[in-house]
Amino acid sequence: MKAAVVVFPGSNCDRDLAVAFEAAGFDVSMVWHKDSELPSGVDIVGVPGGFSYGDYLRCGAIAAQSPICKAVVNHADRGGYAIGICNGFQVLTETGVLPGALLRNSGLKYICRSVDLKVATTDSVFTSEYSVGDVMTVPIAHHDGNYFADAETVAKLQGEDRVAFTYCDNPNGSIGDIAGILSDNRRVLGMMPHPERAVDEAHGGTDGVAVFRALTGIVATA
Amino acid sequence: MKARVHVMLKNGVLDPQGEAVRHALGAMGFDKVNGVRQGKVIDLSLAEGSSEADVTDMCEKLLANTVIESYSIEIL
Repeated sequence: MKAAVVVFPGSNCDRDLAVAFEAAGFDVSMVWHKDSELPSGVDIVGVPGGFSYGDYLRCGAIAAQSPICKAVVNHADRGGYAIGICNGFQVLTETGVLPGALLRNSGLKYICRSVDLKVATTDSVFTSEYSVGDVMTVPIAHHDGNYFADAETVAKLQGEDRVAFTYCDNPNGSIGDIAGILSDNRRVLGMMPHPERAVDEAHGGTDGVAVFRALTGIVATA
Repeated sequence: MKARVHVMLKNGVLDPQGEAVRHALGAMGFDKVNGVRQGKVIDLSLAEGSSEADVTDMCEKLLANTVIESYSIEIL
């Protein structure tokens, strides 16, 4: 099983994401933003957290136009798996792979702490090892994590069971307490919290492990 | 040719920065401010032969995120 992790100037969770993929059993390649193709045979692409292109213009906006992002969009359009975490989630919304956008936190402050998330669906490769209603503790570290979509889009996400995680105690003003969402084919997950920062006892918790472990099994049998 | 693009959060999208500025103005005694919306101004210097349609294309593809923002274009 092969994973690719995209690296932009300003990414800072790329190595953490690679380590989480490796711990789950993936061979991981790092791909540079100027590359125009993903390595052949990639099963899943990870778009990591950080501050791609310094968050200039809007978080993720310039990264979304990079050559590698064209390849990521094509991969997703072909039905490939992808996970975008934090800035990676912002990038995936900017590309249009995932609906909605991430606004400035309602309290205006950058927030860096662990929060409790509730698993909202088990109907995805990323959440299949959890149960609906499970509470997991995972770090957040963002200034622009306030998920927004128009009422119609939010109703569609909820109606199609595409909200993956919600915040137990909404830290940033996200509409519907939404912390993570799935694409319409359920193969792309975007989330603001960092499951890759909760995969080792040294992180202070391992509640994020199941996101990656479940992925390995299902990708292998796909 | 020069163009100026104004990008604003759409009506109905909460603007926490605008709200913070409104609160600050209120605290300073400017008590007639009912609302503040904060946006961006982007000035473009364009080669001759460029058109407003080119700028619209730039806005749609990069300068604004039309999920949350509206834009207007001024040709200077």
